[in-house]
Amino acid sequence: MKTDGSMSHALKIAEDLVGRIRAHAVETYPYECCGALLGREGEEGREVLELAPLENRRMDSPRNRFSITAEDVRLAEKTAREKNLELIGWYHSHPDSPARPSEYDREHAWPWYSYIIVRSEAGGTREMTSWHLTDDRTSYEPETLDVAARASA
Amino acid sequence: MAVKVIIPTPLRQYAGKQESVAVDAASVGEALAALTSKYAELQKHLYADDGRLRSFVNVYVNDEDIRFLEREKTSVREGDTISIVPSIAGGR
Repeated sequence: MKTDGSMSHALKIAEDLVGRIRAHAVETYPYECCGALLGREGEEGREVLELAPLENRRMDSPRNRFSITAEDVRLAEKTAREKNLELIGWYHSHPDSPARPSEYDREHAWPWYSYIIVRSEAGGTREMTSWHLTDDRTSYEPETLDVAARASA
Repeated sequence: MAVKVIIPTPLRQYAGKQESVAVDAASVGEALAALTSKYAELQKHLYADDGRLRSFVNVYVNDEDIRFLEREKTSVREGDTISIVPSIAGGR
């Protein structure tokens, strides 16, 4: 915790989960992929422990937009509860664009959640970043992605 | 009439870290007004600058989406549960 009471912005994630996000981004290229980050938040910080890949519901404009319906959000919350985890954020890809939140991302973001973005391109992916909306909704703050191998497979 | 408003995880930090808040209201609009007057920080996350509910803020009364009822004019009864559920959007 920082002195102002907010959580420090770092997100732990295992290497194999990073690999799965990248594989999902490649699979849906040139369209955007999306999914839920399930994990825990404790004194040690926030950690992604499972993914719930979801369908991009923006079929009118899937190359530059993604949408996860309230029904899918409820389903992801239920999946998290069943696994005794929390729904802590979301991931999506930016096909052929930098892994930086766009103005559209900011306008539609919720506070508290972690937002992972990965740049996808033909046959692969490039940088992956994570972000956090500020309390006043005016900007995104970067989160450190702390990628580590799993302690036990 | 006392109704329960379920607060989604990302907004609990602005509502005293509570999962739900009890308010007195006869409609969804009144319930949300009571909620945001009690917890003012919720206002900007629920409503756009034009005073309308943000497009990615979904409201249900006992599992029924208010878009299929009478939106914020939907009446509520004693013991009803109003859920605020996020939808998620973005793009490059």
